Amino acid sequence: MAVSTETLEQVNSIAEDGYKHGFVTDIEQESAPKGLNEDIIRFISAKKEEPEWLLEWRLKAYRHWLTMPEPEWAKVDFPPIDYQDAYYYSAPKSDADKPKSLDEVDPKLLETYEKLGIPLREQEVLAGVAVDAVFDSVSVATTYKKKLEEVGVIFCSFSEAVQEHPELVQKYLGSVVPYADNKHACLNCAVFTDGSFVYIPKGVRCPMELSTYFRINAENTGQFERTLIIADEGSYVSYLEGCTAPQRDEHQLHAAVVELVALDDAEIKYSTVQNWYPGDEEGRGGIYNFVTKRGACRGKNSKIAWTQVETGSAITWKYPSCLLIGDNSVGEFYSVAITANRQQADTGTKMIHIGKNTSSTIISKGISAGRADQSYRGLVKVMASAEGARNFTQCDSLLIGDQCGAHTVPYIETSNPSARVEHEATTAKISEDQLFYCLQRGLSAEEAVSVIVNGFCKEVMKTLPMEFAVEAQKLIGISLEGSVG
Amino acid sequence: MSLIEIRDLHATVDGKEILKGIDLTIEAGEVHAIMGPNGSGKSTLSYVLAGRDGYEVTSGQVLFDGEDLLEMEADERARSGLFLAFQYPVEIPGVATTTFLKTAVNAVREHRGEGALDAMQFLKFVREKAGALNINDDMLRRALNVGFSGGEKKRNEVLQMAVLEPKFAVLDETDSGLDIDALKIVADGVNALRGAERGMLVITHYQRLLDYIVPDHVHILAGGKIIQSGDKTLALELEEKGYASFVGAEAA
Repeated sequence: MAVSTETLEQVNSIAEDGYKHGFVTDIEQESAPKGLNEDIIRFISAKKEEPEWLLEWRLKAYRHWLTMPEPEWAKVDFPPIDYQDAYYYSAPKSDADKPKSLDEVDPKLLETYEKLGIPLREQEVLAGVAVDAVFDSVSVATTYKKKLEEVGVIFCSFSEAVQEHPELVQKYLGSVVPYADNKHACLNCAVFTDGSFVYIPKGVRCPMELSTYFRINAENTGQFERTLIIADEGSYVSYLEGCTAPQRDEHQLHAAVVELVALDDAEIKYSTVQNWYPGDEEGRGGIYNFVTKRGACRGKNSKIAWTQVETGSAITWKYPSCLLIGDNSVGEFYSVAITANRQQADTGTKMIHIGKNTSSTIISKGISAGRADQSYRGLVKVMASAEGARNFTQCDSLLIGDQCGAHTVPYIETSNPSARVEHEATTAKISEDQLFYCLQRGLSAEEAVSVIVNGFCKEVMKTLPMEFAVEAQKLIGISLEGSVG
Repeated sequence: MSLIEIRDLHATVDGKEILKGIDLTIEAGEVHAIMGPNGSGKSTLSYVLAGRDGYEVTSGQVLFDGEDLLEMEADERARSGLFLAFQYPVEIPGVATTTFLKTAVNAVREHRGEGALDAMQFLKFVREKAGALNINDDMLRRALNVGFSGGEKKRNEVLQMAVLEPKFAVLDETDSGLDIDALKIVADGVNALRGAERGMLVITHYQRLLDYIVPDHVHILAGGKIIQSGDKTLALELEEKGYASFVGAEAA
């Protein structure tokens, strides 16, 4: 997401007078050599000065990972990944390797920034330009941290949490997504380098939307990111992840893990806009986005809502899920996935009903254009204990053009006869009638597609926080540019 | 310079020739009516003028305000001031009627070099126009044409014409599916938009509409050609004698 004016001012003021605090230390860390083995993992853990238990956990994950086959059930197609041909701990790029100015950056990327209305300063950061007065966004975060500290909210990098709040990390890490959950998550457990940590104390309503934007402190944390959010009894937090602007990233494989824990009467709203580089028109060079996101509604009356707008990446493999353990707990999943050109997405959710009177809602809107392919894959599982469970699922697919594909794969398993599970699915094409009608009213072909698609996604878009929603709407238009006419 | 000048226009749909040489000139301030039996090419003419894909002009020329209309894309034609009131207005789920209207109005305003209206300015502007057509805020908030009755859809078309302020409007069977009360509201809306700067082409199957929107000229279209033109009395004559006698005369 683009920063607000307020943030920019803060950033600028820090950038201007930041250096007198002398925080420019040696950031040219040494890199670990290419490849993956136990030594690399020990190296990462040592670099992070981690406690012994965390290293053991990483190694346990790594040893298990070696035994796991690649997941092959998803409807995505890519060559086998050579895990030995990658860096797992690399130093930030030196300025010499970076573009010197925006003139050296892909003009297409700049065009998109322009359309999203991103300030020049931030364009440089996103595009990885070697900015003279490099500001450290950790410092921006400190301003926010103060406000949050007043109410007792902990919001910091994962590494920091390991040092400052080891008891919370040890209690909850891997408690929602076990290390052996799936191949990608398992790899993340072994080699994650950083991420975000949030703890909302009992009865606290977090006074602001928490955004990852305020705490990305090094470029290379993105590849194996780890997020852990704990909402204690009666608390509330809204968390925003991602950025509408396409970010450059040298790493092709991204395997993140997000774990959410909601205790009694707590609520977590997690919104994502994912716009990683999708590759060129033939799909070359795009990001593989293999994410494991899961929330546990552990307490009674707790609630977790996932909203995602997925427009980027060459391949998306992502199923934000809810474990509805507490009685009367609520899980929600709202998704817009757009695939164009050669993009592939296999995304959906899992709602596991365990507690009594648990309910879940799934609204999925898939838009496919060009030669893209996408699948909704969703599991609604009602355990024998989940008396009175309810689910409503709606999956709508919209096709643009005649070379793309949309697939809906719902799995429903119920072991309790009192369960009520509803599933609705539709597939439609943008009709020539609709397009012509819009054109006849003076809209350009691109505006027409944007209007029609935003209308199609409306139910999901309205669940996004306001400012995020405005940007996401623009993003939808931009993502589909050139797909018609 | 005429507002619109159609010369020997031929057009095909799916390779079949539907328009076989249309000649028609409309001056600013005039309302022309085209009447004709089913399949005579009435709707094809409206789509050809609006620039719909799949309606291929094989020969002829159309000048719009002196410009070559056929060289323009459909959206350019719209922004230049050509409006088509659809016989079957299209539903666009999830898009509030006001949102759609605002997008369209601002696209047209931008083209004219006027600034875009913000949400508040637009709401004030659209409410003024909507009141006269018996369109309330609730209808403006609903998704465009979704679940609208036949009458509501046609009123919404006239509202769009009112806010877009076109130079030339084609009304394609705006009377179809309307009861007499709805017809009066729509006709009043259209009449309010008549003006010295604006031309209209009213396409209809029945004379009834022309009791309410009184045309300056009436043309009979049959077999892809205009076979007779006259003043408003031609419509009455046609109503009395039926299409068969006119079409028959042409055939013979």
